[in-house]
Amino acid sequence: MATVDIREVRKAFGTTQILHGVSVGIEDGQFVVLVGPSGCGKSTLLRMLAGLENITGGEIAIGGRVVNNVPPKDRDIAMVFQNYALYPHMTVFQNMAFSMKLAGAPKEVMEREVQKAAKILGLEQLLHRFPRQLSGGQRQRVAMGRAIVRNPQVFLFDEPLSNLDAKLRVQMRSEIKELHQRLKVTTVYVTHDQIEAMTMADLIVVMNHGRIEQAGAPLELYDRPANLFVAGFIGSPAMNMMEGRIADGHFAGPGGAAWPLPANGHAPPAGEVIYGIRPEHLRLDPDGIPATVQLVEPTGSETQVLLRIGEANVSGAFRERVSARPGDVLPVSPDPGLVHLFDKKTGQRI
Amino acid sequence: MSVTAAERWIRPAKQQSALVRLFDNKAFLIIACLLPAIGLLGVFLTYPLGLGVWLAFTDTTIGRRGVFVGLENFEFLFEDPIFWNAVFYSVFYTSVATVGKFALGLWLALLLNNHLPMKSLLRAIILLPWIVPTVLSAIAFWWIYDPQFSIISWVLIETGIRETNVDFINTAWPARWSLIAANIWRGIPFVAISLLAGLQTISPSLYEAAMLDGASAWQRFRYVTFPMLLPILAIVMTFSIIFTFTDFQLVYAITRGGPVNSTHLLATLAFQRGIPGGQLGEGAAIAVSMIPFLVFATLFSYFALARRKWQQGESND
Ligand SMILES: Nc1ncnc2c1ncn2[C@@H]1O[C@H](COP(=O)(O)OP(=O)(O)OP(=O)(O)O)[C@@H](O)[C@H]1O
Ligand SMILES: [Mg+2]
Repeated sequence: MATVDIREVRKAFGTTQILHGVSVGIEDGQFVVLVGPSGCGKSTLLRMLAGLENITGGEIAIGGRVVNNVPPKDRDIAMVFQNYALYPHMTVFQNMAFSMKLAGAPKEVMEREVQKAAKILGLEQLLHRFPRQLSGGQRQRVAMGRAIVRNPQVFLFDEPLSNLDAKLRVQMRSEIKELHQRLKVTTVYVTHDQIEAMTMADLIVVMNHGRIEQAGAPLELYDRPANLFVAGFIGSPAMNMMEGRIADGHFAGPGGAAWPLPANGHAPPAGEVIYGIRPEHLRLDPDGIPATVQLVEPTGSETQVLLRIGEANVSGAFRERVSARPGDVLPVSPDPGLVHLFDKKTGQRI
Repeated sequence: MSVTAAERWIRPAKQQSALVRLFDNKAFLIIACLLPAIGLLGVFLTYPLGLGVWLAFTDTTIGRRGVFVGLENFEFLFEDPIFWNAVFYSVFYTSVATVGKFALGLWLALLLNNHLPMKSLLRAIILLPWIVPTVLSAIAFWWIYDPQFSIISWVLIETGIRETNVDFINTAWPARWSLIAANIWRGIPFVAISLLAGLQTISPSLYEAAMLDGASAWQRFRYVTFPMLLPILAIVMTFSIIFTFTDFQLVYAITRGGPVNSTHLLATLAFQRGIPGGQLGEGAAIAVSMIPFLVFATLFSYFALARRKWQQGESND
């Protein structure tokens, strides 16, 4: 168990800069999720942590020790690869015991440790199979078992669930979470799925184009996104964004609708802004802003409605059942405590 | 309206011609499709092989149709020290050359599998010995091993390492080693390129996983590369053994089996006795005596290569 400090880390492949100074401080035992769109440099950062890519600039410290020049095997980390990287010619047992075999551990120790990990993951019956004879979820578990057996200071996961079907993904998600609660090993987990990030993380690091957009607890990112990118990335369905300006203590949005400003006390300066409201934070309100219904999608637990206000599309998610039909006018209003304002030029939260 | 009309339209059953019906007949099709292949195999493979085996049991010479003599040719051969010498040299030549080819070929393949500058150019250069027609390279070696004009001798003398020309092919053992060297040189590309293809199917993330598991470079080779390369290694080795054991061109062009029959392989000896010597029956008997060795090599491959357990099962990655 260890802290991980990533300080101003930069990475370039040849002349292309991939990471432009990334800093994250990870506490002992934390579950950190790196999330971001494809190609933003998540895997690259993880591989630098593992020692599989060299570090162009900055410093990475594991447990207080700078590891920039420490080879992977001496970093005391274990990694679960996206394709699992199980050795196809070894049985499950041999796969899991391989690191101990290389370290020259005695047979009884190998047997004991592998059995222990197999028990945690429910692999006892599969120890003599080859990877080819396993299902995707079982392979995934073997890959985790191989990591557990090494008893590392830090676990690294690179999109471990992306090869699984939706149902298994949800199941493995909670298994990994449980495993973490049980072992309490510092974990860095890469995904591009914001739901995975929200449900698993103690700390989410949102990355984009090789920079950190925001790092924080899941609900912090949901409640107070630092900029437009995070606002759009976290939350599903995505936040509505409307362009307009601040005038007379209101936000004048598309179609001349007047939206209330955030109820946080200080008045924003007048000017061009972007107004963000999450679909689930719109209420049906007879005195609200009239909106034309375009599409109604009941899911049972809630109803998603696509609305049109002026020339903007706004989606709403309502707990109550909505009986409106396309073309009807449905007045809605936002919860003033839950609206977000962003600077139009910089995209930063106001 | 037009849609319903189109749906209603039924293709009129056409009266098919006899030829069309003939080609729809399964039995006829099977025969028609197999005939060319069987014909080719029969004429160019089975007939010569059968004739060769038959000749081995006759006393045919060139210009005289022989009669069946049973095992007489073999009995004669078994008493013939030149034949036993050829058996010895064939086995020796095959074993040493195979070991050499695989050691160097594997080493080259591992080298080429790394990121090297001008990798494709290097690969092309490595293929050269294989592309050049064998006889051409044999003639080149003939000159390289020439008692008077050998370039190797010349270099060694010019640099002062030796004072006299090297004797490559004028006495038995140097000639044997020289031929093996030429065969290794010629065989390396096939081995190296085939093994390189095998190496490239090994996922780099396996090496990364092994690296994280604490494997040194040698351990990565020992526990990851080698076991995963084994199936293709076995196939390539079988082919290589068969090609080497039946080699003819290199030896015949460089030494013609000499000096004093010391470098005869079974193939060159069979040719020597059968064609220039005119003893077709005896030549054929020598050729037939290669069959047990080849069967052994093929069986070796069949059992050693039999798909390993880890390769079986559904392949979904
Ligand atoms: N070996 C390499 N050489 C050059 N460029 C690379 C190399 N590896 C990655 N890149 C580039 O670095 C960028 C980040 O790649 P990375 O694999 O970290 O993305 P990612 O965030 O993991 O994306 P994904 O979600 O698709 O896995 C990409 O633009 C990629 O093209
Ligand atoms: Mg990735």
